[in-house]
Amino acid sequence: MASPMRIRAASKDGVTEVRVLMSHPMETGQRKDSSGNPIPAHHITELSAKHNDKVVLSAQFGPSVSTNPYLAFKFKGGASGDKLVVSWVDNKGESRTDEVQVS
Amino acid sequence: MRQKTIAAVLGAASVLATATAVTAQDLNFDEYRQMLADGNPAELFEMEGEELWRTARGPKNATLEQCDLGLGPGVVEGAAAQMPRYFADTGKVQDLESRLMTCMETLQGIPSAEVINGKFRQGERGKIASLVAYVVTHSNGKPIAVDLSHPKMKEMYAMGEKAFFYRAGAMDFSCASCHGEDGKRIRATSLPNITTAKCAAEGWGSWPAYRVSNSQFWTMQHRLWDCFRQQRTAEPIFASDVTIALSVFMAGKGNGGQAVWPGVKR
Repeated sequence: MASPMRIRAASKDGVTEVRVLMSHPMETGQRKDSSGNPIPAHHITELSAKHNDKVVLSAQFGPSVSTNPYLAFKFKGGASGDKLVVSWVDNKGESRTDEVQVS
Repeated sequence: MRQKTIAAVLGAASVLATATAVTAQDLNFDEYRQMLADGNPAELFEMEGEELWRTARGPKNATLEQCDLGLGPGVVEGAAAQMPRYFADTGKVQDLESRLMTCMETLQGIPSAEVINGKFRQGERGKIASLVAYVVTHSNGKPIAVDLSHPKMKEMYAMGEKAFFYRAGAMDFSCASCHGEDGKRIRATSLPNITTAKCAAEGWGSWPAYRVSNSQFWTMQHRLWDCFRQQRTAEPIFASDVTIALSVFMAGKGNGGQAVWPGVKR
């Protein structure tokens, strides 16, 4: 079970700013461990953010994204109290979904 | 960034790429730190630490909610800013890590030896780091206020000062070799002059921190261990007197400065 994300969403003047901090090793597959064996790739592949039920951001992540990725974006609309859901899936099929209320 | 790219292109085009002196501006990590502070991944450790604080664990199956960090049982708010401090119940000066070890041993029955003999970022020692992240976050922005009045604190401060200037190891280095003068740096990292109150506060008040380059969260014990390692001398025992003495020296020197916890580092 993956660790929770920390999500903040704040609406101001009709624009909502979303900041997401994900907990993920984001292993590239290029590294070797101390005994010389390759460490298998393990990274997020897809991410989506929904405002209520509408997708406002959909992204493809790859091995070049850092460990514990941080993502910030803005979208038009959104009001205090709305639901914002962020979910990701990684290349091992693990996933995580967290939601917050827009403040 | 853009300016630098343009400058690099111009430099290459004119084939007159003169070795430019590194300016203080280029070495300024503060701007980068500000950009990162918003999404400091130390928060992930803090979340884990908060959960650990409230989870019943160990042979006694207890939480840490009754842990006394100096301001009374269970008081976390502002506690880290006043540590290290003298604790009458143990009769010792303790830093945050060693105090958490005491709480884990007395409340939860987890022997301190598991932490002391463990490895950084693993097992019980790793759990302590997460707990540290949780506790220090509740002192973020507070002034460092270490009470040096107790004789044991004075003793530790004096020992810390001595350790700070004590040269040892293959390089015959002391802490002061790198941290005793203004304007020193290692590669591109500016080194604080810990003999001044301002820089002592900057140093003490910016660890524990998340290191972006290796995606690791380091407590002050971990950071001090690394200083000894870089000094090429014997590595200190986790939470041993010398590490706490150095902490008392730094925190005491930095009294009044602001704690920015948890920090974020290159």
